[in-house]
Amino acid sequence: MSSKEIPVLKAQNLGIQFGGLKAVTDFNMEIGQSELVGLIGPNGAGKTTVFNMLTGVYQPTEGSYYLNGVKMNGKKTHQVVEAGIARTFQNIRLFKKMTVIENVKTAMNMHMHYSLASAIFRSAKYWKEEAEIEEKALKLLDVVHLKDKAYVVAENLPYGQQRRLEIARALATGMKLLLLDEPAAGMNPSETAELLEIINVIRDQFKISVLLIEHDMSLVMKICERIQVIDYGVTIAKGTPEEIANNQRVIEAYLGKDEEEEAAVC
Amino acid sequence: MKNKKLKSNLITYGIVLAAFVIVEIMMATGNITSLLKGLLVPLCVYVVLAISLNLVVGISGELSLGHAGFMCVGAFAGAFFSKCMQDVLTVSGVRLFCAILVGAAVAAVFGVLIGIPVLRLKGDYLAIVTLAFGEIIKNIINAFYIGKDSNGFHMTMKDQFSLGMEADGVVILNGPQGITGTPKDATFAAGIILILVTLFIVLNLIDSRDGRAIQSIRDNRIAAESIGIGITKYKLMAFTVSAALAGAAGALYAHNLSTLVAKKFDYNQSIMILVFVVLGGIGNIRGSIIAAVVLTALPELLRGLSDYRMLIYSIILIVIMLFNWAPKALEWRERYLGRFFKKSAEEGE
Repeated sequence: MSSKEIPVLKAQNLGIQFGGLKAVTDFNMEIGQSELVGLIGPNGAGKTTVFNMLTGVYQPTEGSYYLNGVKMNGKKTHQVVEAGIARTFQNIRLFKKMTVIENVKTAMNMHMHYSLASAIFRSAKYWKEEAEIEEKALKLLDVVHLKDKAYVVAENLPYGQQRRLEIARALATGMKLLLLDEPAAGMNPSETAELLEIINVIRDQFKISVLLIEHDMSLVMKICERIQVIDYGVTIAKGTPEEIANNQRVIEAYLGKDEEEEAAVC
Repeated sequence: MKNKKLKSNLITYGIVLAAFVIVEIMMATGNITSLLKGLLVPLCVYVVLAISLNLVVGISGELSLGHAGFMCVGAFAGAFFSKCMQDVLTVSGVRLFCAILVGAAVAAVFGVLIGIPVLRLKGDYLAIVTLAFGEIIKNIINAFYIGKDSNGFHMTMKDQFSLGMEADGVVILNGPQGITGTPKDATFAAGIILILVTLFIVLNLIDSRDGRAIQSIRDNRIAAESIGIGITKYKLMAFTVSAALAGAAGALYAHNLSTLVAKKFDYNQSIMILVFVVLGGIGNIRGSIIAAVVLTALPELLRGLSDYRMLIYSIILIVIMLFNWAPKALEWRERYLGRFFKKSAEEGE
């Protein structure tokens, strides 16, 4: 990323406090155009809290964040999506009773314009827009390898496919920054490999930036250009995958300190 | 695949039309009992109510217990309109049409007004508050006296005599005695047309961007927000459309009665409509139609059983419930009936 370019996401000293608990403090991050950044940390480190702040679910109590230079603090969830940040969830949240393609089409709602009256009376505008999004939705489903499942009810999909559908749904919002919350959780190695491929295709095809939370270290190491590690809400390391893999503090956060070292610190 | 929905919708329209044709033939050949004949308009009314409530309960996923309230508003608005316009609009069909529009419009206004505070709540809380609003509407209308004379309208909440009208005054809405002498404009054909229009509105709404947004909120509120769906807007939309349709049904209902009293629109009525929706299958529009017809006609048809009538009725309710929802019953249906109705079973959803 060149220094002059405006970063897609810029978080400045972002922090949130729940009562007396500082869940996240001094979170700084910059993500450039088409960049893929990983956010890792032990369980309970505050990764999902960061996502919730970036998507307007929680309002940060300190600091600010910008999307393409526009300040996003104080915006509601649906306004954040409209601005261009979309996400997937750690625990899958699909529209279970709707078909796969309807899930994707719903996410295109904010780009559609026909009114309730044209929906009921089936005006020309209705047919035109519906045909357009049908085509778009099928294209998106093709990207995540779900085209042949388009008319299946979402809850009947196997787990791995549900995760991919969530990605397609997030893509359908037409965002600039995609937040993926543990997309490989619960997947077997072959599903993870497929996911890896899909994430790469998405980046190339849609020219979007991705922020990824993941516990599968091999996945993170393989695809992320930069990694940021947080523990107890504090950033403890930033760098390339190699740097992170050899970072002493990161290893300590995940595996704990040596007893001797601990004694020395005390 | 994609056309499955369209085909299913066409079957639903077809069932309604077929029912209309069959009843018309029966009437033409004189093969219809006066009991059934008197039931035809109420049947249409309850079908429309069940479909409209299914929009809130099944499609939008909110338990509303105040549906009779909207029906009540529509009924009184429609009857009031017809009584005032009796001399101006002499063609009964046109008068009924206008009255239904008025009923729907007034109920829609109430839908918005009540929806704005109520839809902030969820689940059980929403159910209880809608129940309360339904009762409030009923009681307010119960307390109103409206009359008309050469000077215009007079309104009071005290009693008939405090209206202070001229000698030529006519009491239109007479408090707990309600509205009497509404022109009996309702016909079976009008009822069927109202059902078809309701189906048209509800089915087309479901299969549109708005319908998808409404269903997405039902399935997962947080995810719906995360893709930019404004929760309040779409909930209110479903609630208002539903209220308007209930109002239309109420107006039709009012034009089938010589005396319209607010007392009839209590929570029992709301619960009964909810029973149609639940027994027909939540979210299943065709099921609502069938359940409304069967359960409205049943108590009348069981009249011959005299003392045992309500007992048999409740047993039938339980049996239908089991048949529709019990896992074992579903399995059994799949295995035995599925063979014969394989196609229709697939399209049933």
